[in-house]
Amino acid sequence: MAADEKASLFELRRAQPAFRGLEAGHLACQGCGQALGARLVTEAAGPDVIVANATGCLEVFTTAWPRTAWRVPWIHSLFENAPAIASGIEAALKAQGRLTKVVAMGGDGGTFDIGLQALSGMLERNHNVLYVCFDNEAYMNTGIQRSSSTPHAAMTTTSPAGKARMGKRHLKKDLLSIIAAHHIPYAATASVAYPSDLRKKVRRGLEIEGAAFLLVHSPCPLGWGHDGALTVEVARLAVETGVFPMLEMERGDVVAVMQIRNVRPVTDYLKLQDRFSHLFDESPEARVELEHLQALADHHIEVYGLRGTSPDPRDSEGADTVRRGGLRWG
Amino acid sequence: MEQTLTARALHPVRLTEIRIHGRGGQGNVVAAYILAQAAFEQGRFAQAFPSFGPERRGAPVSSYVRLADRAIQRHCQVRNPDFLIIQSQGLLHVAGLTAGLKPQGGILINSARDLPELEAEAADALESRNVIVLGADALATGILGKPLPNTALLAAFLALTELLPLNALEKALARRFKGETLERNLALVRAAACEVPAGLWREVAHA
Amino acid sequence: MLEALEGSAAIAKAVALCRPQVLSAYPITPQTHIVENLASLVADGQLRAEMVSVESEFSAASVVLGAAACGSRAYTASSAQGILLMTEVLYNVAGLRVPVVLTCANRAISAPVSAWNDQQDSMSVRDAGWIQLYCASNQEAVDTTIQAFRIAERCELPVMVCVDGYILTHTLEPIDIPTQEQVDAFLPPYRFSRMLDPLRPISIGNLVTPEYYAEARYAHHQALLRAKDEIEAADRDWAKVCGRRSGGLLSVEGPDDARIGILTIGSVLGTLADAREEYPDPPAKLLKLRSMRPFPADAIRHACRGLSDLVVLERALSMGSGGIIGAEVRSALFGEPNPPRVHNFAAGLGGRDMPLEIYPRLLKAAEAPEPTRFAIMDVELQKLPETER
Repeated sequence: MAADEKASLFELRRAQPAFRGLEAGHLACQGCGQALGARLVTEAAGPDVIVANATGCLEVFTTAWPRTAWRVPWIHSLFENAPAIASGIEAALKAQGRLTKVVAMGGDGGTFDIGLQALSGMLERNHNVLYVCFDNEAYMNTGIQRSSSTPHAAMTTTSPAGKARMGKRHLKKDLLSIIAAHHIPYAATASVAYPSDLRKKVRRGLEIEGAAFLLVHSPCPLGWGHDGALTVEVARLAVETGVFPMLEMERGDVVAVMQIRNVRPVTDYLKLQDRFSHLFDESPEARVELEHLQALADHHIEVYGLRGTSPDPRDSEGADTVRRGGLRWG
Repeated sequence: MEQTLTARALHPVRLTEIRIHGRGGQGNVVAAYILAQAAFEQGRFAQAFPSFGPERRGAPVSSYVRLADRAIQRHCQVRNPDFLIIQSQGLLHVAGLTAGLKPQGGILINSARDLPELEAEAADALESRNVIVLGADALATGILGKPLPNTALLAAFLALTELLPLNALEKALARRFKGETLERNLALVRAAACEVPAGLWREVAHA
Repeated sequence: MLEALEGSAAIAKAVALCRPQVLSAYPITPQTHIVENLASLVADGQLRAEMVSVESEFSAASVVLGAAACGSRAYTASSAQGILLMTEVLYNVAGLRVPVVLTCANRAISAPVSAWNDQQDSMSVRDAGWIQLYCASNQEAVDTTIQAFRIAERCELPVMVCVDGYILTHTLEPIDIPTQEQVDAFLPPYRFSRMLDPLRPISIGNLVTPEYYAEARYAHHQALLRAKDEIEAADRDWAKVCGRRSGGLLSVEGPDDARIGILTIGSVLGTLADAREEYPDPPAKLLKLRSMRPFPADAIRHACRGLSDLVVLERALSMGSGGIIGAEVRSALFGEPNPPRVHNFAAGLGGRDMPLEIYPRLLKAAEAPEPTRFAIMDVELQKLPETER
């Protein structure tokens, strides 16, 4: 194919309208990572889905009666039961012989903590549901309290830093290992900084017959303490430092990772966020915590083999546009 | 067969009440259910229920059967049974085993021992009572191949009391068992019925 | 067709006849046999439904909510601790006005831990916004279950069918099971007006600000009050099919000139009916309460006209206050000219037997110079340390 033809097709593809499952005009904070993530997920999922949403920021800022931002059928029940609601919807669709997919959405609070039991049950029974967790690493809707997903040493209102404490004492819960132990067909981590990769993983998850889980790292400018304009940069640094590994798992085994060409030191990521500001006061305690966090990131890099020089095909528009239907390069 | 559940008599209902004692895991409730089923097959009304508790295998349990000629409405416990069926002779040592049994009430016990032996051992329970002993385990072992006493005990009980014809029991068993198992159980019914004096408790049952 | 069945088995057959598409439950005594029977029917291909065996009652209620919202008739069952665990979901289902049927196999609530019957569990959730119907017998449990699906779907309100655990669920007796044709003629296929559907996308479970919340609550309350008509209609219409009434909201039995009434609920009604035949003097009426929610205040006022004394007997209480039904009855009678004196008793707590003799004792209590405001019957104080008496 000639270069100018390729360029025209590329432009044509970019002009193709994307499905807006989550419409603009909702009440999210500027720069909300979760809003971005939810928009990308619904775009990739298309209109033939039913969404079951746990209590949290997302349902609050999208459905203040009498308005709704959702253009797909959507139900919010309680905090701890989105996976169970989704299981019920899936069972009904199966009983009715309908092929509509079910997408469950929850924050880290509703997934790592209060909803973990329901999630485990849904995965164990292998319901045909894609569960998406928007991980902003704290209970943001209720005012930035710590969850089990809050990173070690991060400040929240219930894990503040002070003379006796350096933020959250405990490590971020290793949810992926818990998910892995359920041996579901597909699980992955994604980030709002890598939209094409996220969309690809959503589609992959929806194509699976059975349970799929997607953990989407979603910065919260208010809770993390950074400018709303920096959301994507913060999210990207989480990946580039190894703090948030980008993986795909099948039946509990890691089958693919997004490699990092230039590994960045964790301080590059941490210093952009007020929730880690107490680690930069040069005190011995702070220095020790920085070492801890670097060690955690290094551990991810080693365990998952994140260091690499391969070009990064997973976040190209190319991979994304091929999916949308038909045209291939070359 | 036509049965109505809405009959309201002008006089209080006449009930026959039976308490069955057994050990958890040995078909104590099943025995009660089968007896109630037999009554149903005969066009009679019956109610069967276990005494409920956390008992596990081996612990003493009991269940109850009420028989009547019209729908049984009450849901209270059986306090004064007309008859006791004891599925395992070891239970004779349980305190209060015969509590509430009506003065003329009959006790049918599954045991390989003979009555004088049992009476000597469990005088408290059996003194001045109308007791019949049946070697149900041995009968069952001979015909079913396993010491499951229920069928034999129920057959003997019906032979003694003539509350229901034996074929009502046979129909009830046919609801639960098929083929070879059913045939053997039916044979056991006939064998057990011959082991006790037919109609010995007829008057008590129909008093 | 008349069959000798354990109550649980009969209830399972009734549920199956209603053609549910999604069943979900978590095991708890004494509900287990209902669910096990349903699982057998599904396994044998006699019932085509998705059976979702969940990891807690919270999820069981959530699964049926999701399924019903998505257009499938859905059913669950629970007792005591399970009802409490799913309470948040029960309020949610009712507030979202999603039709679902739940069997509550009534059981006492821990602590103290008990597996035996009383009605504290369903009484504890009487404010959740569900319709609550209580069954006096296993036959009523079958008939009421079938009616419940129709009531739920017409009113867009969930219905809780309360059945005394063990006393009814584990008792085997002759029960008439209707035919599939009879049930199909009575209960049309499931239709939910706000079904989740990509062709007509809506949002269910929005955040409601103070500006709209009161209206939503008002609408819900009105829907429950209006449901009284539907409850009566379902009973009448089902009686045309099978020849049996289950007593509507409240029914009364006994001589017209009786001046004493006993109002109660659940399986003890059968015992009192037998007792009335053994103790015909003094004559008394039995006021059989079937619907606890909506509470049939009008019917109670009407039934109490001409009574000098009303004994309210219940199997639960509000700790620190007294009787639950007693309080609501007194409230209903307030302002009536010549209301009966109300005597309120709780009995049968934690499975304590309620023998036939309770009837003459209640009649005797009705003669007392001062009516008993509230008392728990048959408390044996010597079982308690002095300081607790």
